[in-house]
Amino acid sequence: MDLKRRVIGKGVLAAAVALAFAGAAHADDVIRIGVLATLEGPFAAGGQDGIRGAELALKQKNGMAGGHKIEFVKGSSNATPDKAVGATRKLVEQDKVQIMIGPLSGDEGIAVKNYSKSQPGVTFINGSSGAQATTLVDPSANFFRFHTEGAQWMVGLGEHALAKGYKKMYLIAEDYGFPYSQVQGFMASYCAKGGHIVGKSWVPLGTKDYSSVVSKIPGDIDAVLVVLGGADAVNFLTQYEQAGGDKPMVGGTITVDQTVLNYKGKRRESLVGTPSAGPMADSLDTPEWKKFVSDYKANFKDGFPSPSLFAFLYYISTKAALEGLDAVKGDLSDGQKKYRAALQKLVVKGPAGDIRIDENRNGVGTTYITEVVKNADGSLASKVIKSVPNVSQTLGLSKAEFQKMGLGSRDVPNCP
Amino acid sequence: MNPTFRRWLLRAVIAIPVAVFVVWACADDAKLFLRTLLNGVTLASLYFVVASGFTLVFGLMRNVNLAHGSLFLLGAYIGWVVGDVTGSWLVAVVAGFLVSALAGLLLQVAVFRHMPGQDLRQTMFTIGLSIVIADLLLWGFGGEIYQFDPPGIIFGRTPMPFIKAYPTYRLVMLATAIVIGVLLWWFLNRTRVGMMIRAGVDDRAMLAAAGTNVQMVFAITFAIGAGLAGFGGVVGGTALSIAPGEDTRYLLASLEVVIVGGMGSIPGAALGALLIGLAEQFGLAYAPTYGVVFTFVIMVLVLAFRPQGLMGKRG
Repeated sequence: MDLKRRVIGKGVLAAAVALAFAGAAHADDVIRIGVLATLEGPFAAGGQDGIRGAELALKQKNGMAGGHKIEFVKGSSNATPDKAVGATRKLVEQDKVQIMIGPLSGDEGIAVKNYSKSQPGVTFINGSSGAQATTLVDPSANFFRFHTEGAQWMVGLGEHALAKGYKKMYLIAEDYGFPYSQVQGFMASYCAKGGHIVGKSWVPLGTKDYSSVVSKIPGDIDAVLVVLGGADAVNFLTQYEQAGGDKPMVGGTITVDQTVLNYKGKRRESLVGTPSAGPMADSLDTPEWKKFVSDYKANFKDGFPSPSLFAFLYYISTKAALEGLDAVKGDLSDGQKKYRAALQKLVVKGPAGDIRIDENRNGVGTTYITEVVKNADGSLASKVIKSVPNVSQTLGLSKAEFQKMGLGSRDVPNCP
Repeated sequence: MNPTFRRWLLRAVIAIPVAVFVVWACADDAKLFLRTLLNGVTLASLYFVVASGFTLVFGLMRNVNLAHGSLFLLGAYIGWVVGDVTGSWLVAVVAGFLVSALAGLLLQVAVFRHMPGQDLRQTMFTIGLSIVIADLLLWGFGGEIYQFDPPGIIFGRTPMPFIKAYPTYRLVMLATAIVIGVLLWWFLNRTRVGMMIRAGVDDRAMLAAAGTNVQMVFAITFAIGAGLAGFGGVVGGTALSIAPGEDTRYLLASLEVVIVGGMGSIPGAALGALLIGLAEQFGLAYAPTYGVVFTFVIMVLVLAFRPQGLMGKRG
């Protein structure tokens, strides 16, 4: 809180000074970076944690990059594209930031990417938004995403499910963009290697009573693929069990998260062994990850027990922005040409493995396959089973093959 | 057009597509149809328990309590704590009812009796209150998901003809709702206090002049209405789960039920709950993408052709 107040205080002061001297000598040694996250609306808690991630990255470098002092100017949206563009526009056109970090949510990312085309003098680095189309369809030359997205987060899980003997599965997922991507990431390799998704139920976001969906699950399947958000996964599982369902579950990136593992109620034994995948894992056993978690905990007493996905993604994005500045010694002249070239070559040593970017400026990195295990004290935790390195946005397929498949949707891919 | 003819035409417009759907669905997959039917009816019983409290307060007392969802959530959370400490699900159910009833009683005695008939003031106050309660509960219980653990005997499955087996708990929920409905009807129509409540709604001044303590009658009504919300919190938290945001979900469901069924009518709440519950479950099973629309179509139709609700009194 204290840090935030100080940063804001400095921001106000610097803005006043910049106004007074009309951007003279002073502006040269401070580089202003806009940070946009959802500090209101449904993802407010996630957005706040995203800001923590960005602040942590700056703090680890003592507020300096490329020999310049870095100053954050924060903006807020509410997970809607128009609000995200409005806040970005304000940061770019009014606060004159030179680099933008954000936004947080999928559809926001596409909108901000489109806006970035009208501001070629500013470099945009995605915060945590995970829509496939942002960098895959009509990419923008000054929009970078230093992390992987929804479909990439599921790569390798299909093979893992096959290895567990799940040849026929039934899908239950929420009916919007992010699950489409997640399901595509799973099915791309699962279908190609002989798996079958015999049926799909796309349910409206926020469904609580799944009993009629459960009635539709056929009896002759090996497992259920469940791509639902935290609370909904618990509801589904209980109702499935009550109705006599006994097939194992495979989860999406946000299906088996901390909210599910820590839920208050009778521990469901059936949750143990559920595989899932994502760009990070709470139980990752590397020195980099452990340092990240302990730094996070030390700096943010009011934060989560462990950094969330949003903190992790904003941290990486900010780290990339700052390391790019280091590489060019803060030289943002010539329309930031040198800076962008440096970003393109950058390999970010993140808490969960190295990240580089492809020719569309989208992250290529590691995906972790996890499974739910039961601790000695009866609590549930997720354990890393294996890691899949170098996951690209074409999900390991060639560009032509991927284009033939198309972007994920209700009916793509399909292998009944 | 002749009014009788018009009424029959309207009925035919609704009944024929429904009949066609039922025949098609039974021919297509009778088991799925029957299960969905049961799912709809059992979900309706949960909606009925929560909405009957709402209709009691909203309809009979003309009291706009938009904090009904918060009373639901409050009862559920406190019930969970009590259940956790005592280890008994039944005690949790009783605690959920009592805590919310007490909170409702306090609300009526401390607040609503000082603003009778002032709809806008009551609305603004209860909206504000629901936001404060939601934040306090989030602060106290966090964003985690809570789920009750019912006794093993009602958690499993009951063998059923034709569809083989059905979750016992949902059948228990249905039975509970029927019992509550009958008790409420009996209370309102056959007891002295029930008579007073109905009389007070029709003419408060006259009832007071006849020597009845009107405030006492209204406090009892409010306590029962709020208690049913807390009761529903524990019952619903067992079938589904409890998390921040459930308060507005159940408030919205209760509003839909009361609008469709008619304000202040217990049979209306039952009918409204049945329609909403069936629409949700059939939507989910047969047209998941557009399922959400069905509930609102029912609401639009009712408001267009029978604005007082299916069982509501005109005026």
